[in-house]
Amino acid sequence: MIKQISLFAENKPGRLASVSDKFKGAGINIRAFTIAEAGDFGIIRMVVDDPDLAHKVLHDSGFTVSETNVLGVEMEDVPGQLGMIAEVLGEKDINIDYAYAFVTRTEKAFLIVRVNDIRGAVKVLDDAKIKLLDMSDVQNI
Amino acid sequence: MIEYWNPQIERMPVEELKEIQGEKLCNLVKYVYEHSPFYRKRFDDAGIRPEDIKSLDDVTKLPFTYKKDLRDTYPTGMFCVPNNKLVRFHVSSGTTGKPTVVGYTDNDIKAWTTSLARAMTSIGVGRDDIMQIGYGYGLFTGGLGMHYGAEETGCTVLPASSGNTDRQIELMQDLGTTVIGCTPSYFLFMIEAAKSAGVSFQDDTDLRVGVFGAEPWSEEMRKRIEESAGIKAYDIFGTSELSGPLFTECREQKGIHIWADQFLVEVIDPDTGEPVPNGERGELVITTLVKEALPLIRYRIGDITVLNWDECECGRTHPRIMRVLGRADDMLIVRGINVFPGQVESVLMKIPEVGEHFMIIVDRINELDIMKVQIEMTDVAFSDKVNDIINLEKKVASALKGVLNIAVKVELVEHGSLPRSMGKAKKVIDNRKL
Ligand SMILES: [Zn+2]
Repeated sequence: MIKQISLFAENKPGRLASVSDKFKGAGINIRAFTIAEAGDFGIIRMVVDDPDLAHKVLHDSGFTVSETNVLGVEMEDVPGQLGMIAEVLGEKDINIDYAYAFVTRTEKAFLIVRVNDIRGAVKVLDDAKIKLLDMSDVQNI
Repeated sequence: MIEYWNPQIERMPVEELKEIQGEKLCNLVKYVYEHSPFYRKRFDDAGIRPEDIKSLDDVTKLPFTYKKDLRDTYPTGMFCVPNNKLVRFHVSSGTTGKPTVVGYTDNDIKAWTTSLARAMTSIGVGRDDIMQIGYGYGLFTGGLGMHYGAEETGCTVLPASSGNTDRQIELMQDLGTTVIGCTPSYFLFMIEAAKSAGVSFQDDTDLRVGVFGAEPWSEEMRKRIEESAGIKAYDIFGTSELSGPLFTECREQKGIHIWADQFLVEVIDPDTGEPVPNGERGELVITTLVKEALPLIRYRIGDITVLNWDECECGRTHPRIMRVLGRADDMLIVRGINVFPGQVESVLMKIPEVGEHFMIIVDRINELDIMKVQIEMTDVAFSDKVNDIINLEKKVASALKGVLNIAVKVELVEHGSLPRSMGKAKKVIDNRKL
């Protein structure tokens, strides 16, 4: 399991830059991020190497921020594997709230998935021999 | 602690009170006719002679006074006394047009002070208390008015004025402030500031009472303030034209007592000018019965309220006006429907996910009024799923529609992005060119 940082941001210029400034000051590295936009606002979701510190830094700077447990999977073939994971989880009635993929500097592809039942999902994916990332993997990406 | 500042007057039977009011009204009419060229002309124009006013019931024969009259006669055209009888001026900054100047004789200051001393006593504030006054001192009546009233009760006053919030919170702890007086907006600001300084009003201060006014605030906001600061919060009412802050709720928190020996209150239908029956909503009209420098006859103060002459559980016989829904000046007309910011506030404060700050924005797009309400995202409400946020916006919009009867667009904005105020908060931006 991975701890993901999510923060609420109005859709106005400079929000992301401001987050990355705060992180730079605190020595936090962003491994992956995505923005879910909805009209006037967006939710910035990030995987970072030190989520607890990131949470504190952002909260203290006045952002509304939360930590969420998500699944991380290293993948060879993104669309194919996403379909497979959805199928495996779907069989056990576990729903995917959202998913996003990212590619590292070493050109490895990773998938981040939030599900409605994370414990159930971990077990199902373990049984299906799909290897999940943990925080130590994130630090080494 | 004493129960009543002046039990004889505060518990006087209603018939006797009304008799006093009648007498004072007749004298007042003679007084203004003699001393104010403005009122002499107004009465002459209306065909009223002082002798026509023989009892309290005759009050309805008298013409109204409007805020406009004070502006038109700026600065001192309505005063009944020369400068050598005045001991003070206050000046209110008019939101529109010219400011209004209020003058006080020595007796006017004394009557004002007495009114507040009675009010403070009615909420259990007195000799044993330390009151921090966070209303502005100066031309505004809030600071000095409260100051005199609080000192009169024997309360120790800390004249902090508004601003310098961190220092205020420090002094509150060091001196053991038990009572705070300021605008509800400023108190919310203080709560936030205290929180970020790691101070809890509940655990780290002796604060037990708040006296909040100078802007309308809702019953729901009261609950939130009382819970988050661990205090009892009371509404204070008044306006500079009548002297300043004058009246508060009593400990029952069921309406604001208006001292009938000092002020005559009517509630009228704003369209017809006729009195509404006891207990029905209408526009507040006040006649000052004892003011010398600037007495006002049937002053259309503009607040929408309900008058209640029933005896209060606190034992006071003086009438109460129910929590003021809003000043007629603050009322917005959106697609032909009356909207008070106070209504919006009370809907919002009932929804636990919604924070204390909001802004109403009205635009006119293609001849259609569009009302938007911005609220701040809170830690409690935040979910990292987009749908949860959209659902919250919809939930708030439908609660607002249920009360206001118009469609409202609700927009969640970042925490801390709406303006904070150390005085009266601006809660409406009207972009329409009306
Ligand atoms: Zn009472």
